Amino acid sequence: MSLAFILFAFCALLAVGGAVALILAREPIHSALALILVMVALAVLYLLLGAPFVAAVQIIVYAGAIMVLFVFVIMLLNMGVEEHTDFSKIAKFAGVPLALVLMLWVGHWLAHTPAAAAVGTSANIEPSSTEELSKKLFQQFLFPFEATSVLILIALLGALVLARKEE
Amino acid sequence: MSFVPISYYLVLSAILFGLGVVAFVFKRNVITIFMSIELMLNAVNLAFVAFARAHNQLDGLVFVFFVIVVAAAEAAVGLAIVIMLAQNRQSLSVERVNLLKF
Repeated sequence: MSLAFILFAFCALLAVGGAVALILAREPIHSALALILVMVALAVLYLLLGAPFVAAVQIIVYAGAIMVLFVFVIMLLNMGVEEHTDFSKIAKFAGVPLALVLMLWVGHWLAHTPAAAAVGTSANIEPSSTEELSKKLFQQFLFPFEATSVLILIALLGALVLARKEE
Repeated sequence: MSFVPISYYLVLSAILFGLGVVAFVFKRNVITIFMSIELMLNAVNLAFVAFARAHNQLDGLVFVFFVIVVAAAEAAVGLAIVIMLAQNRQSLSVERVNLLKF
């Protein structure tokens, strides 16, 4: 049991616990806080996988920007506790078993993928350099990078048009 | 055991994705449904980073950035729609939004 494995187990339990708390919470704000917990735990796992820049982006953009937007909208609308209705029969008898089957099947398949079989991350792995990453992003993936800027512009306009008050 | 196998990360990713699907099916609040989508995207990101490490290539990490950008755009537009919905229906429950229900 190395330190890396203990850290992995702790963060994995934290992430799964946060996801379960997201499902069980009645108040939307509690779900949002649970999701922030999941994201922070995943950022630590990215560090463990030797991707410090992705971990930083995860904290800054996901936990910082996107979740603040969620919390802001929840508090702005202030609609209170989620009302519970009877679960539809489809959700009860098809949704839950299918989700469990999907989880087990994908997990089983991933655990036996040839790519994943032999490779492990050692405790003192060298982190991927941000310089290499930026070279890849701005040379090989330059066109998709520019395309995402157009995507963000369109999303911005869409949000403006949707949230605007009708004259 | 001196290392964490990549498959552990992939199994964790699958568990998180499955929990996201369960939340998507069960939750009644529109905002919480959006958050379960974010949970699924996070699970996929973990798989991308794990595979990038397994193959010692950076392409997976670049893809994670694109996923995050799309998630941010989706959250912005989606939450604008949620605000519209709350103004028109005075409720966030998806049960009340049944105009197109067969």
